[in-house]
Amino acid sequence: MEGLLDLLGLAKSAELLSLSPPGWGMNLLRGLGKSLQIAFGAFGFGLVIGLFGAYGKLYGGPVIRDLLAIYTTVVRAVPELVLILILYFVGTDLINQAAEALGYGRVEISGVAAGIWVLGVVQGAYSTEVLRGAILAVPQGQIEAARAFGMPPVMLMRRVTIPAMLSFALPGLANLWLIATKDTALLAVVGFSELTLETRQAASSTRAYFTFFLAAGALYLMVTLMSSALFQLLERRSRRGQPSLKGAGR
Amino acid sequence: MMRMIRPMLMPHRLVLIALAVALAVWCALTLRWDWLPKYLPLAMQGLWRTVWLLVASTVLGFLLAVPLGFAQAVGPWYLSTPARVFCTLIRGTPLLLQIWLLYYGLGSVFPQIDGIRDSVLWPYLRQAWPYALLALTLSFAGYEGEVMRGAFSGVNRGQLEAARAFGMPRFTLFRRIWLPQAINNVLPTLGGETILQLKATPLVATITVVEIFAVSSRVRQDTFVIYEPLLLLALVYMVIAGLIALAFRWLENRVPTRRPGN
Repeated sequence: MEGLLDLLGLAKSAELLSLSPPGWGMNLLRGLGKSLQIAFGAFGFGLVIGLFGAYGKLYGGPVIRDLLAIYTTVVRAVPELVLILILYFVGTDLINQAAEALGYGRVEISGVAAGIWVLGVVQGAYSTEVLRGAILAVPQGQIEAARAFGMPPVMLMRRVTIPAMLSFALPGLANLWLIATKDTALLAVVGFSELTLETRQAASSTRAYFTFFLAAGALYLMVTLMSSALFQLLERRSRRGQPSLKGAGR
Repeated sequence: MMRMIRPMLMPHRLVLIALAVALAVWCALTLRWDWLPKYLPLAMQGLWRTVWLLVASTVLGFLLAVPLGFAQAVGPWYLSTPARVFCTLIRGTPLLLQIWLLYYGLGSVFPQIDGIRDSVLWPYLRQAWPYALLALTLSFAGYEGEVMRGAFSGVNRGQLEAARAFGMPRFTLFRRIWLPQAINNVLPTLGGETILQLKATPLVATITVVEIFAVSSRVRQDTFVIYEPLLLLALVYMVIAGLIALAFRWLENRVPTRRPGN
C-alpha cells in the first residue's frame, strides 16, 4: 500500500489527509459531519415549510396565496448568499432582542441552528413549489373519494394525499436534497466551519491546496452519488404498484 | 394591458400594495442611506462587473455545453463517458469549492512554472477574475450540458430523417435543424438556469473579485450599516432576475410554435 503511494507520488498527500493529528483528515470528516447535519436539518425544516406552503397555495385564502407567491418569488430571485446574510443578521438580532427583553444578556447563536434556520427558509420556497406540483398531480378522484368517505382533512392528507403524491414529488425532492448539501458550503462565507471552510483552513495552513480541495470534492461527490442511488431506490418503492410507463409513448 | 392591471385591483391586493408602498416609504425615510452617494460609483462598477461576468460565463458556458450535450446524447462511448463524468463532477460538488480549487489551487501552482512570469499571460493570471470566469463558465457548462443532452435527444426523429433524405450534409443538418430545435425546446429551462447563474455570481466575491455583492460587504465593513446595503442588493438582484425572465419570455414569443389548443 505504502509502496504504491510512493510510486504515485501521493505519499505526502496521504500523510496530510491521515486521520491522526499531524494529518487533517479528522478535521475534514468533522466538517462533513456538520455539513450533513445542517443539510438534514435544513431539508427537514424546508419540507415542513413546503408542506404548509403547498397547502396554503392550493387551498388558502387570497391573502395567504399572495403572500406565499411573494415568498417563493423573492427567495428564488435573490442569491442564496444574500439571503443567508440577511436571515443570519435578522435571526441573531431578533433572538438577542428577545433575550435582552427577557433579562438575559446577549446570547451566542449556535452555528448549526443558524445554518438550519437560514437554509431551511431558502429550501422551503423550493419545496413549496415541488410539493404543490406533486399534490396537483394526484388524481382529483382519489381525494374526492376520501372526502366522500367522510375522512377528516388531516387523515386525508396522511392516508391519501401524501402517499399518492410521493412518487411525483420524489424526483424534485431528490434535487432539493442535493442542493441542500451543496448550499451548506455557502455557510463558509459567514464563518461557519463546515466542510468547505475546514478544507480551506487546512489547505491554507499546509499550502497543499489541490490535495485538500480535491479531497473535499471527493467527499461531496460521494455524498451526492450515494444519495442519488438512495433516492432512486425510494422512488422505485414509492412507484410500486403503478403501471410502468416504459414504451407507453410508442 | 387591462389583463395585467385587472387582477391587481382586487381589494386584498390593493391593501397588500398599499402595505408594500408604506414599507418602501418607511425604509426610504427612516433607514440610513447617507452612505449611498459615496459608494454609488463603486456600486455601479460592481454592477457592471456582475452583469459582465454573468453574460460572459453564460455565453461561453453554453458554447461548451453544446458539444457536451451532443456527445452525451449521440456520441460514441469515448466522447460520451468523459462528458458525463465532467457533468457529474461539476453537478456533484459545490461551486464555492470549485472556485476556491481553481483560484487557490491553480494560483499556487502557476508561479512555480518556469518562465510563466515573463509570458504575456502573467498579468491576467495574477488577477482573480479569470479564475472566477473560468469557474462560472465550467459550472454553467456542466449544468447546461445535462440539459442539452435531453434537448438533443428530444428532437423529433422524423425531422432529422427528412433532412437526411434531402441529402443535407451532416454539419448543415446540425446547424439548421438539430441545434435550433434543441435550443427551442430548452428556452424556458435556459431562462431559469440563467437566473441560477446570476445567483451564483456573488460567490466570486470570496476570491476578491469586486462585483456588486463585494461592494455591499465593503459598505457593511466600512460603515457598520448592516441591513440597508443588503436590502438594496436583494432589490438589485430581483430586478436583474426580472429582466432576464422578461428577455427569455420575449425570445420564446419570437419563436413561432404550435401549442395544443390553438
